[in-house]
Amino acid sequence: MTKQSTPMQVALTLLPIVASLVITSALIMLVGRDPIAVYERILEGAFRNTNALASVFNFWIPLTLASLGLVITFRAGLWNIGVEGQMMFGALFASWAAQYVVLPAPVLVSFEIVLAMIGGALWAALAGVLKTRLGVHEIFGGVALNSIASVITIYLISGPWQPPEGGSAQSTAPFPADSLLPSISPEFPVSLLALIITVVAIAGVFFALRGTRWGLELKATGRNPRSALLLGVPTESNVLSAMMACGALAGIAGAYRVLFTYASLRPLVSGNIGFLALLVVLLVSMRPLLAPLVTFMVAALFVGSTRLKVAMQLDQSLAGVLQGLIVLMVLLSNGLRERWRERRRFREPEAAAVSDYQPVTPVTTEATTYE
Amino acid sequence: MNEPFLLILGSIVSNATPLVIASIGETITERAGVVNLSLDGSIMLSAMAGFVAAYAAANGGSPTELSLLIGVLVAMAAGALVALIVAVGGIALRRDQVAVGFVLTLLTADLAQFLGQSYTRIPGPTVGQWVLPVLGDLPVVGPVLFRHNIFVYISFVLIFACWFWLFRTRSGLALRAVGERPEAAFARGVDVNRLRYVYTVLGGALVGLAGAAYSLGIKPGWATPPPMRGDGWIALAIVIFGGWHPFRVVLGAYLFAALRAVSTAIQRTPDIQISPVLLNLLPWILMIATLVAVSSGAIERLMRLLPGSFQRWTRNVLRSDPPAALGTRFDAG
Repeated sequence: MTKQSTPMQVALTLLPIVASLVITSALIMLVGRDPIAVYERILEGAFRNTNALASVFNFWIPLTLASLGLVITFRAGLWNIGVEGQMMFGALFASWAAQYVVLPAPVLVSFEIVLAMIGGALWAALAGVLKTRLGVHEIFGGVALNSIASVITIYLISGPWQPPEGGSAQSTAPFPADSLLPSISPEFPVSLLALIITVVAIAGVFFALRGTRWGLELKATGRNPRSALLLGVPTESNVLSAMMACGALAGIAGAYRVLFTYASLRPLVSGNIGFLALLVVLLVSMRPLLAPLVTFMVAALFVGSTRLKVAMQLDQSLAGVLQGLIVLMVLLSNGLRERWRERRRFREPEAAAVSDYQPVTPVTTEATTYE
Repeated sequence: MNEPFLLILGSIVSNATPLVIASIGETITERAGVVNLSLDGSIMLSAMAGFVAAYAAANGGSPTELSLLIGVLVAMAAGALVALIVAVGGIALRRDQVAVGFVLTLLTADLAQFLGQSYTRIPGPTVGQWVLPVLGDLPVVGPVLFRHNIFVYISFVLIFACWFWLFRTRSGLALRAVGERPEAAFARGVDVNRLRYVYTVLGGALVGLAGAAYSLGIKPGWATPPPMRGDGWIALAIVIFGGWHPFRVVLGAYLFAALRAVSTAIQRTPDIQISPVLLNLLPWILMIATLVAVSSGAIERLMRLLPGSFQRWTRNVLRSDPPAALGTRFDAG
């Protein structure tokens, strides 16, 4: 094995980010704007005052919860694209309670969150059963279930749950104050309870994956489902439990959007956060402790870029372009790094002797089997 | 048959065309053993690129036909470029094809929205209807199949070209071998990874053509959110439904378009009291239902009830196994 020097490693880590920034800057110039000014607006949008910072946290909370859930499903080798729909179902279940259940505020809020976890977990279980019992790959099950959840949300807003003054299909009537998560202060409108839940979830997922038999079994299932099954690991129930754990976390994320961010149910309540979380998990792969840092940067980027529309008449999809580029570049540069390492190993004589004969088999580790 | 019914059939054929082209492209790619999961985004990106290129060319004084040709070529180049990234990531850099494709889905969708932001809801050049001489005047078949824009005719040619190439040529045999048994193909002297590059990029170019079939054809222009959002995923599901066989894939595309037409028709019928919103569920429920039908072994079980000789025939027609080496990588020692 060859070891890389530290400066080399730092350079290789920074390379994809620099490359993404260069490409993004070129794109910004292509639409006739100054890249530096754009980046300044984004930073300003995210950090100009405590209110802006609070918006970053309000994005960070659901994004982190969804990412943590996806760390679990990734560990089990699952492509849980349905996380968007799971957020929506959490939001739907919480919204039902917020509108129709009357209880003292703290009890009601806890009830809503538990309900949201159940909603998200059920929707995730559906994708899980489609995979384990009916042979539908979770990517396709997830995509379809996302769209179905979105249609149901729009149906409820424009039909049974429309506000009394008539449906504009924009949102439900605002939920009663008792049903909402309380805010820390008017200067820093973030929910303390949700922050605590998120921190607990970070620690919980870390220990569940590290220190429990369940975490170990998920890893075995994800690495090689067939040999895990032969060794007596209940892979089917592991797939379902991983999906449901992710769905429950995504459900809380969805609940946060309706019980705090919007204080009502809206059509695109999940706001692509689930898809962003998938990108985050591609970056952090299976390290739950790294997730909150990356999600914070992503949250700052996305909240900051909402200012582009006002300040520069520039579409905020730029944030998605930059984020997508970074993930793509990291993926590709990891591949490049592996190729280099291999080539160097190949040049060393003793290694060359070993690799004199290699059976020609397509190596399927890391590649998702797809059927 | 009455005239309105034929018109509906004709509109199904024209609305299905981008799905047909995109799913034929993906069929070719997947037959070679590569999954290009980026379809939903790359269709949007190529639709936007094709429209903007055609619009710019027309504004620059090019005649309409030339502008449209430029638009189509740019759209195909955009689709091919995205596919090339999938191929480089999956083959040369040995990344998970699904991961690269998924990132590209999101990236290209955002890129389309960002770069197309000042071209939304403006009129530009579009491909007109071209009634084929003689064929267009045939009764029944004429109005259904031969009074369309050129993308529809291209799709007809593609369907048969794809089938012929896959099953009637030596190159097609090599293409299928690369997706089914890459080791065997390699032992026979086939350059596995080179073929995978070629067919991934070719498939991507067809996906780009599908984008142009939207933005220069049935959904002219560009908008946010893009009108074809979600269709790329449906095209990917159609490939599975079609069992990676061009004829069945095409059947799936027409079936989807037909069901869409039915749901629009229901929305316009005042007697039926269904929330129009809920009808949007249909394509997705259908997508799950068809995937369950082909994947769960339900069809296999049904077939076993049939008499023996008939069983073999249906098995050939309804074969739905993916190419054995789909999504895996191949290292030539």
